[in-house]
Amino acid sequence: MVEKLKNILSRFYIGVVILFLYAPILVLVMLSFNNSRSRVTWGGFTLDWYRKLFSNGQIMEALVTTLILAFASALFATVIGVLGALGIHAMRQKNYQVMMIFTNIPLLNADIVTGIALMLWFVHFIPLGFGSVLLAHMTFNIPYVILSVMPKIRQMNLSLYEAARDLGANAVYAFFKVMLPQLASGILSGFFMAFTMSMDDFVITYFTKGAGVNTLSTMIYGEIRKGIKPEMYSLSTIIFVFALLILLIGNYLPGKRQVNEQSDIDF
Amino acid sequence: MKKTKTISRRTFLASPYIVWVIGFTVIPLGLIFKYALTSREGGFSLENISAIFDPIHMKAMLFSLEIAIGCTLLCILLSYPLVMALKHLNMGKQSFVMFIWILPMWMNFILRILAWQMILSNNGILNFILTKLGLEALPLANTGTAVMIGVVYDYLPYMVLPIFNAVAEIDEDIIEAAKDLGANGFTVFRRIIFPLSIPGLLSGIVMVFVPSMTSFVISDILGGGKLQLIGNVIEQEFTKSSNWNLGSGLSVSLMIFVLLSMAFTMKNDGEGKGSAIW
Repeated sequence: MVEKLKNILSRFYIGVVILFLYAPILVLVMLSFNNSRSRVTWGGFTLDWYRKLFSNGQIMEALVTTLILAFASALFATVIGVLGALGIHAMRQKNYQVMMIFTNIPLLNADIVTGIALMLWFVHFIPLGFGSVLLAHMTFNIPYVILSVMPKIRQMNLSLYEAARDLGANAVYAFFKVMLPQLASGILSGFFMAFTMSMDDFVITYFTKGAGVNTLSTMIYGEIRKGIKPEMYSLSTIIFVFALLILLIGNYLPGKRQVNEQSDIDF
Repeated sequence: MKKTKTISRRTFLASPYIVWVIGFTVIPLGLIFKYALTSREGGFSLENISAIFDPIHMKAMLFSLEIAIGCTLLCILLSYPLVMALKHLNMGKQSFVMFIWILPMWMNFILRILAWQMILSNNGILNFILTKLGLEALPLANTGTAVMIGVVYDYLPYMVLPIFNAVAEIDEDIIEAAKDLGANGFTVFRRIIFPLSIPGLLSGIVMVFVPSMTSFVISDILGGGKLQLIGNVIEQEFTKSSNWNLGSGLSVSLMIFVLLSMAFTMKNDGEGKGSAIW
């Protein structure tokens, strides 16, 4: 009886929290089908905003900028971050700690402080624009990569790499064949985390972008006063559904996790 | 012998990152200090740092603190029952849970906050439902409560996920043993689950406190531009008043304050932040 009550209460509470999380998303999805420019009245169902979205040059440009930025910054951050993590891991205790403190700075600092500090620095040597935003995004993305790869490096079996070298593999070959597979899951989650953070960032982009470049976030921010274009709702609904599909596929495709666990076995 | 040699040779791999840290973390921070310690005319001055004690700035600072502490406490209070409920329903290790929490982040956060504005506005969705139910409408628009709802909404996942992960790692046998020895559910929570979840709780606090204190978009939208957080004040110094020195000074004060208040929480938690979420 008590057990049953507990079950019902648990379900109810989880349901309430999920409602809290998804209520605004439901509102935005509904607005994307709303046949009215107003945000407060329901003017019937329409797919117009989806049709108009693809002919809206400004939004499409911001979307492309956002995606290229997220992909490039995540990719570069992954390369620098993985190499950095491997190097830091090999350092002596004291240097290791110093490097980890510096790695945590961009994460602990308020976004607004990071954004302003970078902007103050960038104006000295590059024009604010796509390039400066890319550098800024890489700066806050690298720590995420390092922090998700580092635990995997600690678990990594170094003797396997040594064995490969003893058996005649050169350093590069042994790195790709032996080390990298052991780190793959950490690298992948670091990359995705970096990608997500870059897509979601507003504050740092806002301070480092200068005039002329817009990501979706900064474009939406600029439209708050005059009213958001309804096409924006349909675009974010599409992105949301796309992310839903990717996460579903990633979660329910079997296999990946087992492979990792096997490679963690110590001999 | 050979092993130590290959290991120490590996440190050179970090050189691009070291260059990056110097170029894009150390120098920019140095620069913000330089601007903060320079008056508008160019000489050394502390007035930009002490400007935080101006009544207007102090008011914004105190309101930020109120929002940040309130938001952190509310997130903790909401997270533990949730994590326990998930555990109770045996969803303790399912990736489905992560999924539920990460998915909303893919809808642009400014749009989500704008949606809250529509929900909470005086003739908005919440009041529509309340009046339909025969209840009194709540005048939440442009209030501190609305800002609080916004920050709790936005940062709750950053509290839930690390606590959830810490609790999911607790060995089931320990809990069973405690129960066999006669502990009731509350004692199990107080003596086992809560103490073992503290690393997760600490990274949650760090991840919620700093951003909720410094956000300026949420207070802009849900506070109707009247309620100013310290983030709004700093932003306006840069975008509207173009007083970079004062803006930097306030940022430095903010940074010092945040570092001081974080120093004690971070003592045990050197590198929990990013890895705790995924």
